[in-house]
Amino acid sequence: MPDTAAPSMRPVSAEPAGVLSHTALNAEYRHLVLRAGPRATAARPGQFFQLLCPAPPGEAPFLRRPMSLYGADTAAGTVEFLYKVTGAGTRGLATLSPGDELDIMGPLGRGFALDRGWRNIVVVGRGAGLATLAPLARAARAAGIGVTALLSARRPELVVSEALFREEGAEVIAVTDAEGTSGPAHAERLLRGLVAEGRADAFLTCGSARLLRVQQRLAREFGIPGQVAMEQQMACGLGMCFCCVRDFEVEGETVHRRVCWDGPVFDMLEAVA
Amino acid sequence: MTQRGMTDLSVRVGGLTLKNPVMPASGTFAEGLALAADLDRLGALVTKTITRELRTGNPLPRVAEVPGGMLNAIGIPSKGIPYFLSHILPEMRRFAPPLVVSISAPTAEGFASLAAEVSVPGVAAIEANISCPNIEEDGRAFAMRADSTEAVMRRIRAATALPVWAKLTPNTGDIPEVSRAAEAAGADALVVANTILAMSVDLNTFKPRLGNVMGGLSGPAIKPIVLRQVYQAARSVRIPVIGCGGISTAEDAAEYMVAGATAVQVGTATFVQPGAMEAVIDGLDRFCAARGIARVAALTGAISREETDEAELEWTEPVA
Repeated sequence: MPDTAAPSMRPVSAEPAGVLSHTALNAEYRHLVLRAGPRATAARPGQFFQLLCPAPPGEAPFLRRPMSLYGADTAAGTVEFLYKVTGAGTRGLATLSPGDELDIMGPLGRGFALDRGWRNIVVVGRGAGLATLAPLARAARAAGIGVTALLSARRPELVVSEALFREEGAEVIAVTDAEGTSGPAHAERLLRGLVAEGRADAFLTCGSARLLRVQQRLAREFGIPGQVAMEQQMACGLGMCFCCVRDFEVEGETVHRRVCWDGPVFDMLEAVA
Repeated sequence: MTQRGMTDLSVRVGGLTLKNPVMPASGTFAEGLALAADLDRLGALVTKTITRELRTGNPLPRVAEVPGGMLNAIGIPSKGIPYFLSHILPEMRRFAPPLVVSISAPTAEGFASLAAEVSVPGVAAIEANISCPNIEEDGRAFAMRADSTEAVMRRIRAATALPVWAKLTPNTGDIPEVSRAAEAAGADALVVANTILAMSVDLNTFKPRLGNVMGGLSGPAIKPIVLRQVYQAARSVRIPVIGCGGISTAEDAAEYMVAGATAVQVGTATFVQPGAMEAVIDGLDRFCAARGIARVAALTGAISREETDEAELEWTEPVA
């Protein structure tokens, strides 16, 4: 990539994005839609942004907060995030109203890579991981790949990406703690069924170590490729500070990789769940 | 109105002429910044610290936010010298600014042999990180005392023909003595300073908020402390001092220069704004132009210690 490029030619921008809408989706999740420039809206599924969150009353978040992409639309000029209020950064985000601006840096990291040879993939997610997986629904459809989505949450109303996956033609299996259907044994039976039907050319997952382990087992047993989006506390987001490392098993050795730079999407079989 | 490019921003520091006084602080910079900033605009590039031994770094969490800054205990992950020569050096040589290589070792002999091995074409200067609080037990470092500073810097000086900068620690009670020791040992410049040894406890869990328990405080919170140390260091030696501590804006940089710094390093601010260093360069240009200062170097040590008389005080505008 050219290192002397003009600012508009650099792949990552840090710039103000205008809030178009900001709505509570349910008791826990909020949906933020921003008007953004062409570099931001070119973000791909699995990539993330570093958000410079406004300070909520009585708090002063200092660093940016990593947030995975929920949606990006170049034609509409928008990027979307779906988040849960959990700390000072997201408490600050929650104060934003339409017309406000938010400084967003991105797109960052390596996202999911859809293989043109795949006919049908299985997307498996839980909790906040469902937001990270959401952009795959449209990308897979555009690539002509069929999707079965196994979506797990504590309660039915928290299966946040369910409607979006259905709209894009995916078959959705929602499992919840409330209904007693979200255990790993049940997930494994469902996934084995999909493998048997030839509908699992790959596993793409986010949000649950238990579900990751189930998929790793099946991936090894049946030789199915897989990708996992990982999370970690971050500072710089550009691979400079090395605070977001995680362990990975690569050719029998445990190595550190930076979630922001080498990921956040990794080979499923190398991830340590 | 002032235009960009009115001021002569070049400075002479530690054996090098830099086109402007702004460079990254070691540890806060890698090639990833090129995705979001124009590295060719910087006065110099400074690598993350290289060690001979392979280091995986400290246990997580490695950073913690505090008011006005952050704590880090990364622990200098390093892939060793061959990786530096085969990967990092070629990557950095794609960029125009002179390359300063930061090194660290557990012993003076280790520093010397490492300095010799990284003295290769493409490297403009060596920054001896004799001050990292995250390597030795209890945050100890060579630069906490004058005698160990002088001993290690003498060995490094003898091992390379390149300019050598000594990166000092703020965790010493005697900045003037340590500064003079580094100068006496042949350092071409001082970098003042590194992070301040600190810690934080999570009251939900009663656990330290860093995996290493202690770490280094950086960011705006430390600026007044390190500014004072730069002032002390600059008054103690004849070699240039590079200010490093909590610089986020051109005004911060100008304050450091007026206090005695010849150049500045920007670190933590880049984590928040990847364009922070470019903004400091442009801002210094405007700062000087607005005051009719033709050369940024004129700021260095320009601190006024004249007493302000009563009549003048009366008419001084309140500071916003």
